[in-house]
Amino acid sequence: MSSSGGPSTRPVKTVDLHIGDSVPGVKKTNPIIVADKVKRAFGGLTAVDVDHLEIPRNAITALIGPNGAGKTTFFNLLTGFDKPDTGKWTFSGKSLAGIPSFKVARLGQVRTFQLTKALNLLTVLDNMKLGAKGQKGENMFYALLPWLWRKQEEENDAKAMELLARFKLDTKAGDFAASLSGGQRKLLEMARALMSDPTLVMLDEPMAGVNPALTQSLLDHILDLKKQGMTVLFVEHDMQMVSHIADWVVVMAEGKIVAEGPPDEVMRNPAVIDAYLGSHHDSDLGEDPNEEQAEHAMKELLHDDDKS
Amino acid sequence: MVDFWQIIQNAAIEIVSPTTAAYALAALGLAIHFGYTGLLNFGQAGFMAIGAYGYAISTLTLGFPVWASVLVGLGGSVVFALLLGIPTLRLRADYLAIVTIAASEILRLVFTTNSLDAVTGSADGLSGYKNGFADLNPIPTGTYGFGPFTMNEYDLWLRIVGWGLVIILGLLAWQLMRSPWGRVIKGIREDEDAVRALGKNVYFYKMQSLILGGLFGTLGGMIFVLPRAVVPANYATTLTFFIYTILLLGGAATILGPIVGSIVFWVLLSAVSGFVARAQAVGWFPGMSSVQAGQTRFIIVGVVLMLLVIFRPQGIFGNKKELSFVK
Repeated sequence: MSSSGGPSTRPVKTVDLHIGDSVPGVKKTNPIIVADKVKRAFGGLTAVDVDHLEIPRNAITALIGPNGAGKTTFFNLLTGFDKPDTGKWTFSGKSLAGIPSFKVARLGQVRTFQLTKALNLLTVLDNMKLGAKGQKGENMFYALLPWLWRKQEEENDAKAMELLARFKLDTKAGDFAASLSGGQRKLLEMARALMSDPTLVMLDEPMAGVNPALTQSLLDHILDLKKQGMTVLFVEHDMQMVSHIADWVVVMAEGKIVAEGPPDEVMRNPAVIDAYLGSHHDSDLGEDPNEEQAEHAMKELLHDDDKS
Repeated sequence: MVDFWQIIQNAAIEIVSPTTAAYALAALGLAIHFGYTGLLNFGQAGFMAIGAYGYAISTLTLGFPVWASVLVGLGGSVVFALLLGIPTLRLRADYLAIVTIAASEILRLVFTTNSLDAVTGSADGLSGYKNGFADLNPIPTGTYGFGPFTMNEYDLWLRIVGWGLVIILGLLAWQLMRSPWGRVIKGIREDEDAVRALGKNVYFYKMQSLILGGLFGTLGGMIFVLPRAVVPANYATTLTFFIYTILLLGGAATILGPIVGSIVFWVLLSAVSGFVARAQAVGWFPGMSSVQAGQTRFIIVGVVLMLLVIFRPQGIFGNKKELSFVK
């Protein structure tokens, strides 16, 4: 796992996020999202069935779980890209149930996608400027009167270039987004989301398909978001990364929250190991050729900070 | 002998003909739909028919002045766009394609039906609605122009209005597409979920684009019927596909493309048909009847356009760089 690297400096963890024992559905001192009885079924399959979940504010929360655990579906529900069968949830105290996705984004809760959605035939700079909020020139009639929005456009230009410089994409500003590498597109998507000055950034697998050389800088950028006072919720598979940067970890399996807590604690939770490796991983099945692999995976799961 | 000079003259006429302007307008509308927003509108013929019938019926049946007839056509076009867009723009792109092609055929069949003969003229169509437009003509009676471009005052007036509209609407579309509004529209073409995630009301923007492009088509439909009569058979799906051909020929996401594409299309069509008809008459194509010669132009134009799309898929004005990224 050394290839995935780690953040350049050991991140400062935010602690004391919860009240009481860290069990699924534990109360948080200062939650930004509170979800209750959110349920979504596709035919007979219940993809998401979350009884109660609070996401702590000004912290980095990781949402982990095996494939098919319902992480992305839960993400889609929270951001209005999908509608739940039942349930309600609030964002900073405001109920979001039934609110369409574009309004959710305007409230300050922006997301990125698992399969990066760079707008290929727009330039990198145009991609960025699309992220800015409250643009007068986006009204069709104002669009015909450029003097009304030229100043705002220049401000957005400057802001976009500043963000691009931070993400080391400023030299690419005039290129089509399609010419970027996979990792650069992830960076662009994140930078674009920041154009709207969000309060909550939701990243769906920010590391998927990213070249190891870029992982480092992506991790630093995620940590940066917290430093700037934003809240981050992200879905991830890479355990090493999760334990490095997350302040809080929520584990989903088969649509339910099976565990949550600080990363080190969660990694040792038997429910988590069951979720990832199956509940019979330690029973003797005779000569199992997968035994060694399972053991290896376990070790990885229990990965300790000191080793890196 | 084949009179090539005559063929060239006839083709040159098409450069400024009002029909070319009408197709350019409709293609500009389609550029907004398809080239910039990614909306698969296969019913541009329907929008044109609404312009033609809206104008003609208002003038003939209701006795409206020119400006009111134009407004009726434009209003009808907005209603048509809303009818098509409300149920389909929330769905995947292909649903709009199915609904628009069906709706424009329904319109054509309604205009053709016998029970509405008193208003629509059924299959014979409508004529005699041009007086109001001719009365607005400030140009004194006489003969204008030179060579193949010699015309009377009505034809000159019609060309000025037609091409004036092309220039004004072309500038309008150009300004829109370089504005933040255009950026949202182009973003929707690339990935509407990404644009939604950035807080834009995608449905609303798609609706605006559908209405706007439809209005361009409707104005095109009005210019189209001013040098001829309104005939329902003109609004079959082939019209939509000719406009798509023009759009792809010029470059889908460009402003000059649809305009120049329309000119090239009509010049080519006229030159080819003029040549085939004359060559057949002097016996260059033994065994071909004059009816067959009339149809051959579409075969030849079709092949030429296929070659163009294969070897220059971005169109005349399209950006080669853009296309290199299309999967």
